[in-house]
Amino acid sequence: MSKPAVEVKNVSILFNLNKEKIDNIKEYFVKLIKHQLMFTEFWALKDISFTVEKGERLGILGFNGAGKSTLLKTVAGVLKPTKGTVHVEGVIAPLLELGAGFDSNYSGKENIFLYGATMGYSRKYIQERYDEIVEFSELKDFIDVPIKNYSSGMRARLGFAIATAVDPEVLILDEVLSVGDAKFGKKSEAKVRSMFDKGVTVLFVSHNTDQVRRLCDKAIILQKGTIIANGEVNEVCDKYDEMVGKK
Amino acid sequence: MEKIKKYFANAYKYRYLMQEIVRKNVKLQYRDSFLGMLWTFLQPLLTMIILVLIFGTIFGRSSEGVVCYPVYLLTGRLLYEFFTQSTKRAMRSIRNSASVLKKVYVPKYVYPVSNVLSTFVTFTISLSVLVVVMGYFLIKNHFTGAYPDLHLSWYILLCFVPILILCILALGVGLILSVLNVFFKDVEYIYEVVCMMLFYITPIMYSLTTFKKHGMNSSIIRVLMLNPLYSIIEMFRSCVLYCEIWNWSHFAYGLGVSLAVLAIGILVFYKNQDKFILHI
Repeated sequence: MSKPAVEVKNVSILFNLNKEKIDNIKEYFVKLIKHQLMFTEFWALKDISFTVEKGERLGILGFNGAGKSTLLKTVAGVLKPTKGTVHVEGVIAPLLELGAGFDSNYSGKENIFLYGATMGYSRKYIQERYDEIVEFSELKDFIDVPIKNYSSGMRARLGFAIATAVDPEVLILDEVLSVGDAKFGKKSEAKVRSMFDKGVTVLFVSHNTDQVRRLCDKAIILQKGTIIANGEVNEVCDKYDEMVGKK
Repeated sequence: MEKIKKYFANAYKYRYLMQEIVRKNVKLQYRDSFLGMLWTFLQPLLTMIILVLIFGTIFGRSSEGVVCYPVYLLTGRLLYEFFTQSTKRAMRSIRNSASVLKKVYVPKYVYPVSNVLSTFVTFTISLSVLVVVMGYFLIKNHFTGAYPDLHLSWYILLCFVPILILCILALGVGLILSVLNVFFKDVEYIYEVVCMMLFYITPIMYSLTTFKKHGMNSSIIRVLMLNPLYSIIEMFRSCVLYCEIWNWSHFAYGLGVSLAVLAIGILVFYKNQDKFILHI
């Protein structure tokens, strides 16, 4: 039995919500002296545990504010869990927000290398996949134009093309399949499917149970930071539909 | 032990990102400007000319420890400029890359470190000004004998040592400032003022030797000498201008302070880096 691709063990995340954001010294000292440095403790995730085996595709369902994004950020390594551990085998490609690593003064071409490096890939490695990326993003004519002149759809397409070209072992999808127009949406779903065939492990966040049913084989439902359902995708989606229906 | 090994493996993996950011900063700095990279050369040259015109008559007359005022001024200013620019950029680097740090896992020190490195690259290019100015005055001296103490010596090859020490100092200060700036944005404004103060308390336009000779309060001079930038700049001048090996007390003090500051910087950064994400 090989190691699971993603192993989340008893993860809890605590946020200190202060009423206002304090980011200057004056306010900090004024509040300190007045004893107003009060924080409301907020557990965004409470004792979450699950494992995803290699090649499995897990759908994550839940209402707004249930902790889905926090969970994905924790798996991606952006947030450090307050308690518990997260272990990920292999290279992880977060498609959390496409184009987060772009520099708007840089051209499309230069950004491909910058974004690749942000994910930890060498120039040479990206160079080998450069043509594929450009072709997939359909931006050949604009590749030397600074990104600041791109439309948001063009940016997202470029981001998607780079992130999927690098053969990651674990893919995190946060409602990115709705990128660009319908045509590109179809193309990107096909791309993601072809990656499934290569045995990529997927964490997929969506509100759309149809999409989750189509793409995943297991699912969990998050509510207020805890897992309330975990199992085979159709069962869990049925339950989620029921929850939505009730509201 | 295992943890440290993993840490280095991770740093090794992200060396590409470091390279890309350095490349980006250098490339973007003068993009869209008509003269482009030429500005790294022109900007220090023009500032030097202005400062020489204004202060040359006041501080440049006595040759005591100055040798050739334009070169003296330039050596100090180039190092000062590198130090302040690199620390300022490092200070803003974490905040400026908030959008990346919030979405993707990246070792956070990559940003301050690569900003110091990219400033270092432009700094080495700007050293060409020193070559040109020095060449000009050496030739002038050859024909007119206006600067009898100005020579070129093999010691100039040692000038990488003070530069290296300055890099260590800049990196340490940059790391500390980048952490502070995440929590308190005021630091940016305070540091502007600090940099201006540094320009005046560091012997860039004037020489402490001259001040001493004119009977300046010796306790003030002693305080001014505590500034590690002073030691480093003096070391650099020893190599370039005075044609002698540096004063070893400058070496010990400059290196000691720089290493200590770097150690503090690493510690402060390491202790706080997990909290960045909640503040940016």
